[in-house]
Amino acid sequence: MIEIIDLTKKYGKFTALDSLNLTIEKGTVFGFVGQNGAGKSTTFSILATLLSPTSGTAYINGHNISKEPKAVRSQIGYMPDFFGVYDQLKTVEYLDFYGASYGISQSERSKLIPQLLELVNLTQKQDSYVDVLSRGMKQRLCLARSLIHDPEVLILDEPASGLDPRARVEMREILKELKNMGKTILISSHILPELAEMCDTIGIIDQGRLVAEGSVNEIQQRLRGEKLIIAKLYRELELAVNFFEDQPLVSQLAKRDDGESLQFMFNGSVEEQIQLLKNALLHDIPIVSFSEIETNLEDVFMEITKGVELS
Amino acid sequence: MRNLLLNPVLNKEFKLRFRSFKGFLGLAFYLLALSILIIGFIYLETKNSPMGLFRPDQSRSMFMMLSFIQMGLILFITPGLTAGVISGEREKQTLNILLTTNQSSTSIILGKLISSVSFLLLMIVASMPIYSIVFLFGGISPGQVVTILGYYIFTILAFGSIGIFFSTLIRRTIIAMISTYGVTLFLTAGSAFLYAISMSVSQMGMAANNPVPYFFAMLNPMIILLGFLEPNAFRELSSQSGGGIDFPLSAAYLISYTIIFLIMIMISIRKLRPNMKVKSKG
Repeated sequence: MIEIIDLTKKYGKFTALDSLNLTIEKGTVFGFVGQNGAGKSTTFSILATLLSPTSGTAYINGHNISKEPKAVRSQIGYMPDFFGVYDQLKTVEYLDFYGASYGISQSERSKLIPQLLELVNLTQKQDSYVDVLSRGMKQRLCLARSLIHDPEVLILDEPASGLDPRARVEMREILKELKNMGKTILISSHILPELAEMCDTIGIIDQGRLVAEGSVNEIQQRLRGEKLIIAKLYRELELAVNFFEDQPLVSQLAKRDDGESLQFMFNGSVEEQIQLLKNALLHDIPIVSFSEIETNLEDVFMEITKGVELS
Repeated sequence: MRNLLLNPVLNKEFKLRFRSFKGFLGLAFYLLALSILIIGFIYLETKNSPMGLFRPDQSRSMFMMLSFIQMGLILFITPGLTAGVISGEREKQTLNILLTTNQSSTSIILGKLISSVSFLLLMIVASMPIYSIVFLFGGISPGQVVTILGYYIFTILAFGSIGIFFSTLIRRTIIAMISTYGVTLFLTAGSAFLYAISMSVSQMGMAANNPVPYFFAMLNPMIILLGFLEPNAFRELSSQSGGGIDFPLSAAYLISYTIIFLIMIMISIRKLRPNMKVKSKG
């Protein structure tokens, strides 16, 4: 479990993180979304005991990051957004070095490393030098490295950044497997849809402040009470315009470029939406199709980070 | 001590440093250059000698020359080897990951120090058999050779700690390197220059019992090396520069550089990781 209390980080007059409060339950996956420079990496660095907070604190599995940094380090597996690898070190040696750094015995490391390489699909690359691995392979190797001491909490800072679509899918599959293993995962990205599929909860951070928190659906609903509806008509466009203009729950009515359909925002329940369609048909509006457009997650993210604060 | 020997950083660095063929090639070239220097010296001295002999006093001069060359090499190479070990990891973006492991800061710093100077230590130790050629001609005791070896190791660690200190404190390797070379230059050439000036001031009688030359002399590795090689001349030097201080310069060197070493290493250990404690206001 991760508990963040009033965490603030200031660099002179610049506030990188502003009174962040967050609780992430054990065994859940929390997605941290924000633009570049929003404060995601700062939060992760503080949680990984690499950066001291200006004020506030955080607890990882009950260990205070300020008072028990050593205990915190043994609880977390950290993967930074940018990382380097040692030249002239083979994949197995790379993992062996970090295993030794966590105080894992040689015999245990010998058993663990093949399992980890299998988990991240790098068994065939065990004797390759790490500096010649592809970006995706390095990311997976770094993930394996963060798991070597079997941490309960994983802090993954943009693990899929810079990867090609195939490598992204592979990374996502590995993360799903880790979720099934019961790990508490804190993962960041600046791409909201990337996280939506695998996260139980997401938090949107903007200019150092948490502006939204909840499940993807909750955030969408909290932001938009309205739905975007497109009605395609068979002639009688003006008649339809007159009808929909008079409806109290309809707003932002507009003709679409195709010249045969209308779009509008509808602020009502599903039942009211059905009733609206019935009324339109009763008024002889020749509706060919009547559909609700799925809210784009990117739009949600853009909307939120425009400065809309959700209470 | 056990932790130090089982230090993962040390093991990894040894593996990386001694795995490449380049390392052994460098060592081979160094020993070859040293051998050529010794053979050339013996050849020239023998050729210029009326009897065609290589005398023990010439053997002693050769040993002194080699010792000063090695010391110059140590003072030139050590900053370069150590000033980039932490900042280099930071620049390569491997330090953050290392700092989130369970390894203590002490283990990381000491592992880095020993591994970074290990190649130089190997070069010095590997050159000892070549040094031992002097035993064929006399003039130097085995005790002196062992003392010089110990002195080298101490000096490497002391100056290495200065490199580690700047490497930990300064983010960029190039700045850390310049700072380390700057301090090394001050402690070698600078202290020798200041020693010469303060000695001349004392000899002019402007400051009787002036201890300043003694303090500069005790910081200079070359002056101390001279003391190990020429004890009689050194005693004279000590008494002249002592200004009433009756304490061996070599002991003063050991004490002062032990203090420098401890301060540098302790600050490096403290500054390697951030202090996570929040500073309360008011």
